[in-house]
Amino acid sequence: MRIELVKRKEHSEVMVFLSPVIAVLLTALTAGIIFALSGLNPFEALYKFFIDPLTQTWSLEDTIAAATPLVLIACGLAVCYLSNNWNIGAEGQFVVGALFGSFLPVMLPGFESFLTLPLMLVCGMIGGALWALIPAFLKTRFNTNEILTSLMLVYVASLLLDYLVRGPWRDPDGFNFPESRIFSDAATLPSIPGTSISMATVITIGIALVLTVILTKTLKGFEIRVMGQSPRAGSFAGFSSKRLSLFAFGLSGALAGLAGIMVVSGEMNQLQPTISPGYGFTAIIVAFLGRLNPVGIIVAGFVLALSYIGGEGVQSAMGVSDKIASVIQGLLLFFVLACDTLILYRIRFSSRRAPASAEVSHV
Amino acid sequence: MFEAVLLTVITAATPLLIAALGELVVERSGVLNLGVEGMMIMGAVVGFAIANLTGSGALGVIAAIGAGMAMSALFGFLVLVLVANQVATGLALTILGLGLSGMIGEAFIGVPGLRLPELYIPGLSDIPFIGPVFFQQDAIVYLGFALVIAVTYVLFRTRAGLILRSVGDNHGSAHALGYSVIKIRFMAVLFGGACAGLAGAYMSLAYTPQWVENMTAGRGWIALALVVFASWLPLRVVIGAYLFGAVSVLNLHAQALGLGIPSQFLSSLPYIATIAVLVLISANRRLTLVNTPACLGKPFVPDR
Repeated sequence: MRIELVKRKEHSEVMVFLSPVIAVLLTALTAGIIFALSGLNPFEALYKFFIDPLTQTWSLEDTIAAATPLVLIACGLAVCYLSNNWNIGAEGQFVVGALFGSFLPVMLPGFESFLTLPLMLVCGMIGGALWALIPAFLKTRFNTNEILTSLMLVYVASLLLDYLVRGPWRDPDGFNFPESRIFSDAATLPSIPGTSISMATVITIGIALVLTVILTKTLKGFEIRVMGQSPRAGSFAGFSSKRLSLFAFGLSGALAGLAGIMVVSGEMNQLQPTISPGYGFTAIIVAFLGRLNPVGIIVAGFVLALSYIGGEGVQSAMGVSDKIASVIQGLLLFFVLACDTLILYRIRFSSRRAPASAEVSHV
Repeated sequence: MFEAVLLTVITAATPLLIAALGELVVERSGVLNLGVEGMMIMGAVVGFAIANLTGSGALGVIAAIGAGMAMSALFGFLVLVLVANQVATGLALTILGLGLSGMIGEAFIGVPGLRLPELYIPGLSDIPFIGPVFFQQDAIVYLGFALVIAVTYVLFRTRAGLILRSVGDNHGSAHALGYSVIKIRFMAVLFGGACAGLAGAYMSLAYTPQWVENMTAGRGWIALALVVFASWLPLRVVIGAYLFGAVSVLNLHAQALGLGIPSQFLSSLPYIATIAVLVLISANRRLTLVNTPACLGKPFVPDR
């Protein structure tokens, strides 16, 4: 038996939405098998992993809190990937954004005003954008592969954070722990009064909605799409691929940086040697699972956030390694990419070599 | 002193060399596998685990090669059979490899490791200076040297190599001539996986004989950059690997000298050097365009 791909006449709109659903189901199935192989009841483990976090208020809040940075970063990455700019260094942009944003509360702790927080958020965006513009500049100016440079900068950013919290930014009253001083109240991102939903979530949803409008209703959105699908056609329309690269990287860096400073200011309240459980990389999965579409990304971000919270859940309840979360994340991306084949192709299983027919693709 | 430094450079360069050679063959066939880091870390953890459970370093190395190949087969199925996006699939491979290795390796954290024995080459190992540096190494270092020669020879002096390169440069023509593009690419991808697995085994069985989560620390990515640096020529991979090996041991030696430079700055040097080198190479269009496989990263769906 052989597998043949038969090109569809048009790409399947149904599969665009169905593919991530199939992928999630296949991931759950595979996760069940992994649980069973580890000697656990797969149904109980899957329930603990995917459903249990949704049943209690605190775990639901945790899930939303973890989904927030994922969605914000993935929104920026979607703009990059749609326009064929492979920014995979969001993790580094997240860290540098957090560093820029933390400059005020760490170096000028006495500056407490209503301006503190907005300034921090703006600094965070600037920091993330600058860090992302390095690979973009190298790509546009020297034709350097942005995949490798943006990734290398992740390592540089984490080492920079490590240096700062162990060296110049260490809390002078912190008994030599590698941590910055605790942020003042004026530098802490609040929750919506009366609820425990962070302002970060509100800001993120707002940005996702604005981005939806930009992508679907404006010329810029059209430019992003055209340059991703056919740069040649785009250049006839007068779009510049170099300027778009700088725009896409700058925007995604700014959003990753904003996510960074919002996590540090809203959740951790200080800088520590590690400030992200891999949000920048998980957001890549979120972007693809969400169809590179901000609304889809909100849903996908929630699904991936479940894997963090569910991972902790199965670890504490059933003694499985919490590394299962990143295994499941990796599997999910694999299945999404595999299922996306169905958007452009039909799969035909044939027992013998089929004669070439008109519907078989000609490349 | 110089001899000792050179020894550490060789140790640091070997995993880069082997992983980059494998990826070079993959890219010469027209496939871009960004999952080197994921295959390498799987090789490291599986190699360590099997060597630890069986007490045999050789079995560990073989298992590591198998693990790398299994990972690459997954990648090959997705990008070659299902025509999935190569960049995204490579990333998925890395994310999966890092997660899976962390899970497998959890039982082996802090477990004392097994170091591959040094094999003294009779006669040659007694030569002063050259002997201790080049001929008193473990088997994987020798294998690395052999791979350089083998890959150069096969790619540029044999029919099989010519076919592989033709598939990478013009898959349409190769297909028209009757070569099975998918099959040839799949074999190249498997070879890349085997090399990455071997490089991983070197990390956990020779470089630092223990299991530490994430212990490849971006070496798979640096290997990818080395292929660009080498402009797809195996002998230049050697130069690149040793250059990067030298940069990455700088940290070690600078700290021994007691220079007042923060260790984080020295640790970031290999990554910054990678960026600098990539910029220098890619700015030179003549150098990159001559050897870049023309079909690199482009999907191929055969018309039957």
